Amino acid sequence: MWKARPDEKSSGSAAPAPSTTNNTMSTMPATTVASAGTAAPPAAAARTAYVPQRPAENFRAEVAHIGKSVLIKGELSGSEDLYLDGEVEGSVDLKQHSLTVGPHGRIRANIRAREVIVHGKVDGNIAGDEKVELKKSAVLTGDITTQRIMIEDGAFFKGAIDLLKDGKSQSGDHRRELSFSATAGSNS
Amino acid sequence: MPQFLKMFRGSTTAGTPPLAPSQERVPRRSTGFQEFTKVIQAREGLNVLDLGPTSPTNIHYLTSLGHKIYNVDVLLSSMDPALLRPGEDGAAAVDVERFFAENLVFRGEQFDAVLLWSVADYLPELLVKPLVERIHSVMQPGGMLLGFFHTKDAGPQAPYCRYHIAGADTLELQQVPRFRLQRVFNNRHIENLFHNFKSLKFFLARDHTREVLVVR
Repeated sequence: MWKARPDEKSSGSAAPAPSTTNNTMSTMPATTVASAGTAAPPAAAARTAYVPQRPAENFRAEVAHIGKSVLIKGELSGSEDLYLDGEVEGSVDLKQHSLTVGPHGRIRANIRAREVIVHGKVDGNIAGDEKVELKKSAVLTGDITTQRIMIEDGAFFKGAIDLLKDGKSQSGDHRRELSFSATAGSNS
Repeated sequence: MPQFLKMFRGSTTAGTPPLAPSQERVPRRSTGFQEFTKVIQAREGLNVLDLGPTSPTNIHYLTSLGHKIYNVDVLLSSMDPALLRPGEDGAAAVDVERFFAENLVFRGEQFDAVLLWSVADYLPELLVKPLVERIHSVMQPGGMLLGFFHTKDAGPQAPYCRYHIAGADTLELQQVPRFRLQRVFNNRHIENLFHNFKSLKFFLARDHTREVLVVR
């Protein structure tokens, strides 16, 4: 929904863009946008159904972008990749697309996306169908459910990590009978 | 926690962010961790609670074994300025009730294994005993905890370290200069601390550290 603004292309705090491009039409129902100091991004617009792969330097222009001055309260959903450097309170659902939380991003919401990359701060659970990455500047308080996870040294994480194997939780619901050897007494 | 346990009084203060840890990692063999590893390698799908600082290597190691990992940096959380209130002596102290209302709340989740590392030696005294009680309440019967405790010979300047798992019997220690040792526990103190647990097993290491395996 949010198209890239030309003046944000050269932002010094830019984080790496998501790794895929698959722009289709986007939707953002039930979303309230409050912009502090700058005009709100343009309203939703239909795009052509297929955009070919672009070189990395041109990629960000093809990713929906929410700038650092934007505050969103409500449900944020869409069907294209999103770079989010503003604040969100509510929920984020990108289904089969990727979400990058920029270094200024402040998210108080549960996130669902195919791939989630966090540079900023997230307070909420992340469900990344394929992959979740926490970069070194990331601060996450919440649980992660995904198939692959990458965490850089320096990232702060408080919560649970449940890696999915074939789409299923490894921990499962079955509880195991524990029979750890209990050696009483002291060896020292 | 009785005052007599307090051999060394550090100056851990809340409200300031932790200093950057040293980049150097020193490998260290650990018999306690070796025993711990045997248990967690024996089966998949365990719930493991890591109470140390976030360590990508620990998360990778434990998740690669097929476990679900929970990470709570208890020591860092205890320094949250929002948790401070005036203490009896006028100095700021951690609000214990609020701390445990906001931390280590797992909504019925039970853990098969807990990595306490050396957190208890550096934690504000008010939190130590309630922490062990909370751990007891969220562990499965038969679950195992690994804790490290400094001996008196370690001295009051013993640095706080992040523990990174480097192998089945090897840890890498990375110093974090922000925290100071608050006390040392002797064997009796440790046994009292974990008196609700089924058993304890001690390993005395060369670096003035006791490695303790505790079974719930």
